[in-house]
Amino acid sequence: MFASILQTLPQVLIDGLALGAIYAVVALGYTMVYGILELINFAHGEIFMTGAFAGTSVLLLFQSFGWLGNLPAWVSYVLIIFIAMMVTGALGVGIERVAYRPLRKAPKLISLISAFGVSFVLQDLVRFIAELKTGNYIISVPQLFDGRFTLGFSSITAMFGNATVKTNTIFIFIVAIVLMIGLDIFVNRTKWGGAMRAVAQDRETASLMSINVNKVILLTFFIGSALGGSTGVLFAQQYGTIDPYIGFILGLKAFTAAVLGGIGNIRGAMFGGIVIGVLEMFASANLGIMTGGNFGAEYKDVFAFAILIVVLIFKPEGLFGKAVKEKV
Amino acid sequence: MSKLDNMRHTLRENKLAQIILLVLFTLVTAAAVYLMERSVTAFLLLLASLLLLYYTSFTNGIKWIIALVLLLVVIPFASSGGTSYDSYMEVATQCGIYVAMALGLNIVVGFAGLLDMGFVAFFAVGAYTYGIFATDQANNFISGDLFPLSGGTFWIFILIGGFMAGIFGILLGLPVLRVKGDYLAIVTLGFGEIIRIIFNNLEKPVNITNGAMGLSSIQPPDLFGFDFTFPHQYYFIVIAILLVVIFAVRRLEHSRLGRSWKAVRENEIAAQSMGIPLIRTKLIAFAIGASFSGMMGVVFAAKQTFIDPTSFTLIESTTILVMVVLGGMGSVPGVILGASLVTILNLQVLTELTNWLNQLSMQGIIEVPNALSPSKMQRFIFGMILILVAIFRPNGLIAAKNRKIPKEVVTGGPHQHHEVPAAPISAKTSPE
Repeated sequence: MFASILQTLPQVLIDGLALGAIYAVVALGYTMVYGILELINFAHGEIFMTGAFAGTSVLLLFQSFGWLGNLPAWVSYVLIIFIAMMVTGALGVGIERVAYRPLRKAPKLISLISAFGVSFVLQDLVRFIAELKTGNYIISVPQLFDGRFTLGFSSITAMFGNATVKTNTIFIFIVAIVLMIGLDIFVNRTKWGGAMRAVAQDRETASLMSINVNKVILLTFFIGSALGGSTGVLFAQQYGTIDPYIGFILGLKAFTAAVLGGIGNIRGAMFGGIVIGVLEMFASANLGIMTGGNFGAEYKDVFAFAILIVVLIFKPEGLFGKAVKEKV
Repeated sequence: MSKLDNMRHTLRENKLAQIILLVLFTLVTAAAVYLMERSVTAFLLLLASLLLLYYTSFTNGIKWIIALVLLLVVIPFASSGGTSYDSYMEVATQCGIYVAMALGLNIVVGFAGLLDMGFVAFFAVGAYTYGIFATDQANNFISGDLFPLSGGTFWIFILIGGFMAGIFGILLGLPVLRVKGDYLAIVTLGFGEIIRIIFNNLEKPVNITNGAMGLSSIQPPDLFGFDFTFPHQYYFIVIAILLVVIFAVRRLEHSRLGRSWKAVRENEIAAQSMGIPLIRTKLIAFAIGASFSGMMGVVFAAKQTFIDPTSFTLIESTTILVMVVLGGMGSVPGVILGASLVTILNLQVLTELTNWLNQLSMQGIIEVPNALSPSKMQRFIFGMILILVAIFRPNGLIAAKNRKIPKEVVTGGPHQHHEVPAAPISAKTSPE
């Protein structure tokens, strides 16, 4: 049993890291909004999904104009990610303005319900558009990088098998790392980042220090949603098919990642995403082997939720979060 | 304008005018339903007579008696006129099932303020409890070839289904209730999915749920040799359970337990410092809400005679949540109205609208693309309802009212202090 687990381990790690990078960037969106508004933005998974669709439709547009052959693949990739980020960023700002701002003073339950409603509306709107244009809401995505290469782990020691890596996986790592470092610098080093942290700490006091709270909240939604949208494109390129319902489960897992790292904590969310991604890939590859075929890969979602529940029971503030005392 | 106001005033004051209006309305709609071959509008208007009844100014007792006459005599009789008897009764039965579930969720969301987004899981537990033992499925893990159990056990299984769902409610609640409200929403969402995934895959190592194939030919209930097979027969089972549920909810709402739920909802810390045991109060809300849903799950399994995991998806949980939010969180009449409206919208209005649009495009009058057909737009409509109600009418269609306690009762004397809403609950008041 161990031998076969070790054999597949390099492949599991590579796939898990790719998935984990996606979770991590999506988790950033949850964590930023939560940090500043103490609201779980349920629609964030759907924003990710919209990003996937927006990117894919731009890609199809490029293809129909015949631009793809002329531009180098990585230029059009970056261009598509940028457009998807702008679209989803604007979408996030719009959602905040329409569905969350009127409820900022309302009870928590009401804003959660509104957020839940937004996610359903988005799912169906995307389905309309996709189905109107193509007749089917499940879209297969043309690949920009379809190359793959093999990493020869077996030459190190015979215990490991070789791992096949898609070129796209490398691209995911690069984009995710650039985005995460960029965000980290933005939040910790710039004036607007400082304003963001101030609003997260205490909204009232921040507004007394001449910080425009509404603007900061809009900016947070813009950045968080743009991050989600960019991962949507990465996801579509990595896995090849998208449908309007991918955002729901993925959003839940990214949220799990945010909780694992400590919600509101940006570096924690990155770490949590990687952990969840690797664990999930490990479970889907090895659950069948470990239980003698009784429980297979179909339980991998159960596995992710079980992690969420365990974290919430034993360490609700997450691995890197600070326990907050509730004020009366 | 002033004439209209005058009439409205007379109507509000004059009970005789009210009863005449109600009887006339009921008679006309009932006659319409009875005589017309198939008219959804007439049937909906007949159901609306119950709403009219709610707004009359009779005492509660009289309202209940009239409501029973309407539900048990007028509606079944009027529907029996045409060939579409069973399709009317199917709608009414579904309405009843959803009303009971929505009332269950209302305890959790409305009274106790805990947002549960995986509520359909408990419905599934109830349905599978009956489904597994009322088919030969249970022979796979219990030896002796005892199954399927006969339809006579259905009546006991209503209670067992409710009990099992209650147990699952506690199992979910125990780990989850220690965390704050917004986490709860996500965890319950995840729990709903977990239950569905498990039911979908539990065909090995031991075949318990028959996986994605579902359970088919579930035994119909029988009572002293009388088999229930048609919707118009299930209608009476559902009404009976529903009456028990409504009675229980109304009693609970104003009990010491109900007041503790509301206190917890308004402010956990204040409630706790008044001596309300938080965890136990929340757990009881979960268990009771879940058990209503589980009971209806048993009825659902028997009525459909076939269940599979696709009946218990997220969209179902959302539908029930929409019912509660639309009707008014914490308001029993509101939730009943909300559940009926959403069920009818789902089953009747959307399908009729789709058929009508299809006919129009067949005749070439307008062209409606398939993607926009109303029956596919559930998610959009439900999402919009949730957003619009949250922003513009957070109390729902019929807002919840707290029962007023006369001042002299509260301040009357030391022996009456237990009437103060936030009094600590003692062990004997918990219904477990």
